[in-house]
Amino acid sequence: MDEISAGFIRAIQLIITLNPEVVEITVRSLSISLTSVLIASLVDIPIGGLIEFHDFRGKRALINLIQTFYSIPTVTVGLLVYLLLSRSGPLGGMGLLFSPAGMVIGQTVLITPIMIGLTISALRGVSVQIEETALSMGATNLQVIFTIMKEARVAVVATVLLGFGRALSEVGVAMMIGGNIRGYTRVLTTAISLETSMGDLDLAMALGIILISISLVVNLALNRVQGR
Amino acid sequence: MFNLVIEMERKLLKISVLILMLAMICIATQAADSNNSRLKLVTTTSLHDTGLLDVIKQKFEEKYNNVSLDVISVGTGIAIQYGERGDADVLLIHDKTREVKFVKDGHGLERRCVAYNYFNIVGPKDDPAGIKGLNATAAFKNIFQKGKADPTKVTFVSRGDGSGTHSKEQTLWKAAGYNYSNQVNTSVNRWYLEAGSGMGATLTMTNEKSAYTLTDTSTFMAYNSTYKGNFTLVPLVESTIDLLNVYTAIAENPKKHPGVNCEMANKFINFLVSEEGQKLVGGYGMDKFGKALFFPAKGNCTLIGCSSGECAVPTNASCAAA
Repeated sequence: MDEISAGFIRAIQLIITLNPEVVEITVRSLSISLTSVLIASLVDIPIGGLIEFHDFRGKRALINLIQTFYSIPTVTVGLLVYLLLSRSGPLGGMGLLFSPAGMVIGQTVLITPIMIGLTISALRGVSVQIEETALSMGATNLQVIFTIMKEARVAVVATVLLGFGRALSEVGVAMMIGGNIRGYTRVLTTAISLETSMGDLDLAMALGIILISISLVVNLALNRVQGR
Repeated sequence: MFNLVIEMERKLLKISVLILMLAMICIATQAADSNNSRLKLVTTTSLHDTGLLDVIKQKFEEKYNNVSLDVISVGTGIAIQYGERGDADVLLIHDKTREVKFVKDGHGLERRCVAYNYFNIVGPKDDPAGIKGLNATAAFKNIFQKGKADPTKVTFVSRGDGSGTHSKEQTLWKAAGYNYSNQVNTSVNRWYLEAGSGMGATLTMTNEKSAYTLTDTSTFMAYNSTYKGNFTLVPLVESTIDLLNVYTAIAENPKKHPGVNCEMANKFINFLVSEEGQKLVGGYGMDKFGKALFFPAKGNCTLIGCSSGECAVPTNASCAAA
């Protein structure tokens, strides 16, 4: 139990003194996960919309499949993307393995099912009523879609937050694709994993507390934006 | 209402463009430093966790200031996997059999022995298997017999992760006269636990279970000092000749894996075997642990079983691609 209180004290010390390595790792964690969630949002929210607003054969099966992939282990995604980016793999020539760009690809792939799936759920929550109202007022299809999107924005923001949370807190992809290279691909989660395996439990705990604090700040900020 | 909707569309479009630009900037900043030449060193956790590679990285980057040494620390098993797929530029590992095969299969250029130390068999202070003072082979025999007789008293924790240490352990079981997969690592053996983790995690488990394990000296010492007195394991068999642990550097072969940073890999190996590199290796740990964690290979070739052509001499291997 000592480690937990020691971890708290160490976390506060690290934050107050702005320990350069911790700051650097934290900034890297944030920038990689935010980039991933941005790309994923740009791709996945429209895809979610496309699926929700179109009726086609196998739609239900497709949604089931997407939902199944919510629980894909991060290490499995890591392995998959590793095999793609490895020099012997199909994208090996791009030299993205063990680089931050590779990690962004990995995390984007990881959160894609959850982002698409939750977008569909978010839109479904409002689509039926709005669709009828808007259509009855003579809106075009596109206008209906935007109206629904607008009404569903709270749930869509929640989707983005969840995607961000999963990207920031995962360790499988970061470890396999990034390689935990000090000063280059080391992020909070891989640093926690490393410190734990090396027995510096206070520091590991402190880094965990920092990760949660960041998550809190980002959540507050986004909720603020959403509230307006 | 529809004017409002059209307004919304415009706004959304603007926001999307903004987000897209932001994402581009993020990616660009992350890609920016990739112009700097990078040397990907895949190595074992035991070398990395001691902090030795931080020192080597610093000195090497001072010498060649246009390169960034990327240290990726994994078990020797995965390190060789990475090497075979061309994902590393240079390997620093400790498993002679697999190293020789790696070079023979054309994945690596030349082996160079750079450092050595000894594995330790560590265990609880009261030593229920009575191995203190024995050599490693005899100690393994004792652990096997006592463990089989009473698994509640004598337990052995294995890395079980295909690492160099795991490989050494299997060699020792064989030397002790047991078949590893039929007699030692079987599901009925309650005294034999496969951790499937790195050295640090395995040591923690061994400590919690008051068991025995095979560890490299350096991780054990580094771990012992960071774990702040919660550690009850002590070295029981150390520095016997059958516990020798030799670290080797091998550059990736550009003929087999085009695109690897071969020139820099050779420079790195030559740095390690240079006067300066060998001094760094040999002196590391003095101030922190009171004794050296590694010994330089230079001058100890016969002891560590490295031929004079492979032992701490510079490499001139050609970097020509196929």
